[in-house]
Amino acid sequence: MNEFQIIRPAALSDAVAAFNDAEEAMYLSGGMTLIPSMKARLAAPQLLIDLSGLPEMQGISDSGLSLRIGAMTRWAEILRSDVVAGAIPELARLVGQIADRHVRNRGTIGGSIANNDPAADCPAAVLGLGATLITDRREIAADDFYLGLFTTALEEDEILVAIDFPKPQAAAYAKHPHPASGYAVAGVMVARMAQGWRVAVTGAGADGAFRLTELEAALQSGPVEAALEKIDVSAIQVLNEPAFPADFRRQLILWLARESLGRLAV
Amino acid sequence: MNDLRDRFTGRLEDRRFLTGTGRYVDDITLPHQAHMALVLSPYAHAVLRGIDTAEAEAMPGVLAVLTGADVLADGLGPVPPFFMPKMWGGPEGYATLRPILCTDRVRCVGDRVAIVIAETRDQARLAAEMVAVDYDPLPVVTSARAALEGDGVPLWEDNPTGNLSCSLEMGDKAATAAAFAAADVTLHRHFLTPRLAPASLEPRGCIGHYDAGEDRYTLHTSSQDPHGFRAVIARNVLKCAESRIRVISPDVGGGFGLKAHMHPEDALVLWASRRTGRPVKWIATRSEAMMTDTQGRGQEIEAEIALNRDGKVLAVRATAWTNMGAYFWGTATPPFYFAMQLIPNVYDLGAVDLTNHAVFTNIAPMSVYRGAGRPEATFVMERLMDEAAAAIGMDPVELRLKNVIAPEAMPFKTATGMVYDSGEFANMIRKARAAADWAGFPARAEASRAKGLLRGRSLISYIEVAGVMNERMELRFEPDGTLTILAGTHSHGQGHATVFTELVADWLSIPAESIRYVQGDTDRILVGRGTFAARSSMLGGSALLRAKDALIERAKEMAAVVLQAEIADIDFEQGMLKVRGSNKALSLIEAAKLFYLPAGPANLLGIGLTGAGTAAGKPGAAPNYPNGCMVCEVEVNPKTGALTIERFVAFDDVGRILNATLCEGQIHGGIAQGLGQALLEAMTYDEDGQLTSGSFMDYCMPRAEHMPAVDSYLLEVPCATNPLQVKGVGESGAIGTPAALVNAVMDAIRPLGVTSIDMPVTQARLWQTLRDAEAGV
Repeated sequence: MNEFQIIRPAALSDAVAAFNDAEEAMYLSGGMTLIPSMKARLAAPQLLIDLSGLPEMQGISDSGLSLRIGAMTRWAEILRSDVVAGAIPELARLVGQIADRHVRNRGTIGGSIANNDPAADCPAAVLGLGATLITDRREIAADDFYLGLFTTALEEDEILVAIDFPKPQAAAYAKHPHPASGYAVAGVMVARMAQGWRVAVTGAGADGAFRLTELEAALQSGPVEAALEKIDVSAIQVLNEPAFPADFRRQLILWLARESLGRLAV
Repeated sequence: MNDLRDRFTGRLEDRRFLTGTGRYVDDITLPHQAHMALVLSPYAHAVLRGIDTAEAEAMPGVLAVLTGADVLADGLGPVPPFFMPKMWGGPEGYATLRPILCTDRVRCVGDRVAIVIAETRDQARLAAEMVAVDYDPLPVVTSARAALEGDGVPLWEDNPTGNLSCSLEMGDKAATAAAFAAADVTLHRHFLTPRLAPASLEPRGCIGHYDAGEDRYTLHTSSQDPHGFRAVIARNVLKCAESRIRVISPDVGGGFGLKAHMHPEDALVLWASRRTGRPVKWIATRSEAMMTDTQGRGQEIEAEIALNRDGKVLAVRATAWTNMGAYFWGTATPPFYFAMQLIPNVYDLGAVDLTNHAVFTNIAPMSVYRGAGRPEATFVMERLMDEAAAAIGMDPVELRLKNVIAPEAMPFKTATGMVYDSGEFANMIRKARAAADWAGFPARAEASRAKGLLRGRSLISYIEVAGVMNERMELRFEPDGTLTILAGTHSHGQGHATVFTELVADWLSIPAESIRYVQGDTDRILVGRGTFAARSSMLGGSALLRAKDALIERAKEMAAVVLQAEIADIDFEQGMLKVRGSNKALSLIEAAKLFYLPAGPANLLGIGLTGAGTAAGKPGAAPNYPNGCMVCEVEVNPKTGALTIERFVAFDDVGRILNATLCEGQIHGGIAQGLGQALLEAMTYDEDGQLTSGSFMDYCMPRAEHMPAVDSYLLEVPCATNPLQVKGVGESGAIGTPAALVNAVMDAIRPLGVTSIDMPVTQARLWQTLRDAEAGV
């Protein structure tokens, strides 16, 4: 690891100012991707801005219609939270499938969302529930947020402060973990929202997480079984690796959609 | 001998391992120690045009930047293979000479190009990134068969046979051809065994220290064979007397063959220390380990079997291509050799015709890895047996029973020249079949079918050859009557301190607490071969027995003086030296103390009570042949390709049991590695020779959740050729498991029209295979 400086600002504006003043700065949330990257010398920021001292990025609250989670909230806190368990229990279930206990004790929801690893679980929840991403300067709809592998709508210096998850009538997530890394080879979140069905796929997409709009429409117009039989995944652009060929990944999407729909008391 | 399992309460080593006081290389810090970082080739094949070290040399903390030109200027020699197949009666072959830093050419990703020595590890690594290397890429070949074909670019221009190092041939071509011509049924299969990463928990690491005053080098290294490292470094690289090098191998956190031979870093740290005047440490990161370690396996084979309709196997014919990687390195010969020589397995095969091509490619060098050729051999034979059974409609167990070598046939010489001394193969098969409730399978298969699942089963036999080279063990009483074992073998997790101590305590009737066990230091151990290939129970144990006998003989001389008797009249029983037919006796410990008194009988007999013993194995003397039988049952979901292991029974003949708990531990560990090979692991390279499985994010190690419950049984069939009657155990589990798992999977899916599936049998591969079968591909 190269030498670097680390600061822990107490105000959002100080964090952003520090980022813009430094030559090569990076925000540090849980560090579960950034620190290993630095150890492997894939990232070498001169300044790390630790976001753990910012009160507006903490906390979990239920506003009635939606669940708000501070971006610096650790996975373990979400798992333990009675508020989450009461508002969107499936979100806690998804979080319980992320990595291992050690990572969940450090990793944060905001860090994962901003990093946008295409194999992370969380994008399925953000897209699948139609969350709103609240930053230090604006609100971004989930559908406008993910722009490709490791790329989001966040400006370079923009900080994701909190995530607002609308409460679904019902939701379920199913995942096929990579046997080595535990990341999602594919993961499918299905949710029945007040406005209709949402289905989001993580892990499999060649450009990151995406919505399975065809299945959403089919679910909107007919019974689950008919919808599953109707959809065609052959044109979906999925990742193609020797260990997980494209056809297998497409098949996984169907199996996981079926599994998650099966778990919904539709 | 007593089975020690009754008084087994834990390993003597466990205290330090479980309390965090074990000592591995990275736990050692020498005064004024500096650190080494590697500059590795990112290209699989390239001409090395030039290296600019100026920027790196100017970086903070940098003490030296050294390249291949410096290696040549300092007269450091290249490293040949530890030995070639010729030593075992094989062909001459092309032996590569590998410089410790590349000079004009890189031949695989991870080839060592330069080193940086700096005050801290981070400084060294940062500076290593600043070393500017000018590469001119060359065409790359990663597959052994492609490397032999017309467009295969030669890696070694001075090799007259292109990318072929040598072709090993065994058996009788004419007799085999005749048997094939006469057989009722012949069938052919193609098998691939991928390359595997040894992935020791403790990565390779070393500290070099050159003492200018003494003109002497000390190497701390994570090694299975300290004396072997010393010999190669002294003879080939530094070109100095072996007495000028001390190699210390402290606790070693897993070897699996990876640490049986030196790697370039072991010589580089010594040289770097000489150049900088500082001790120099290098510990591999996991990424470096994946890229620079030797790998195991890597074989492609076309295999045929000929048999009659009654199940009598007449012959086996096979041609294999072993992917040696860029160099013939370390101990690559044993896997290359045993992959052929053990193909006959426990069967009386009639004739064989076997060829193995050793081929150079642009990937990391191949060398020994737990099993070393035996898993490949077992896989070929046992896969063929199951396919043959299916072809003639015979129960696969009955087919095996029809062809196994009978105990009365011992000693039995196989078609590949192995001489088995003992083994109850049919008995083993019947016991394993019963233990696994073979007869209850149809009901279990029906229950699986009711759930929409396919159930498959296998019963496989394996045989191992254990006990290569000779070995020396020494016993030394200290002046106070305590005893030290000086071992030529080298435990790196096997529990030698426990087993050897218990043996000696038992033989001499002295408390285990008064025995100290020493290994892994060339200044303290006269010579040793280290530990690999399941050799230590037989060679270390037998040498220890002879050391004990020598020690007793010498102790009798003291007893004869003290008790005023003839040496021939003195017996050793239960710790006492007794004069036969009298009640005169002297305890061994008292006799030992007398050997160290400043005056007295020691003046006449010589000071000190020690004993040394030697035992010999292959080549030149008989090895032993551990063998066993495994039964595996799996469930396959035909829609998804998901696989579960429902039953796993392992029967192992380890000869006389020295410690049942440690034997079973070895079996379990071996099965985990065999399971990894069968279902999860593969080192893969893309067409440019880039490693695509270079981290544990991609390379799937077996986890606890992958392991089935293993029913392990030990069968004691005494070995007829060593005094302890023991057989090896270290590799056993890893040898049979891949064949057991893949045969069970094949049994489940063969009815769907599948004839073959390659390892690792991942869910994606199984799903694809089933889909192809359905589509009639």
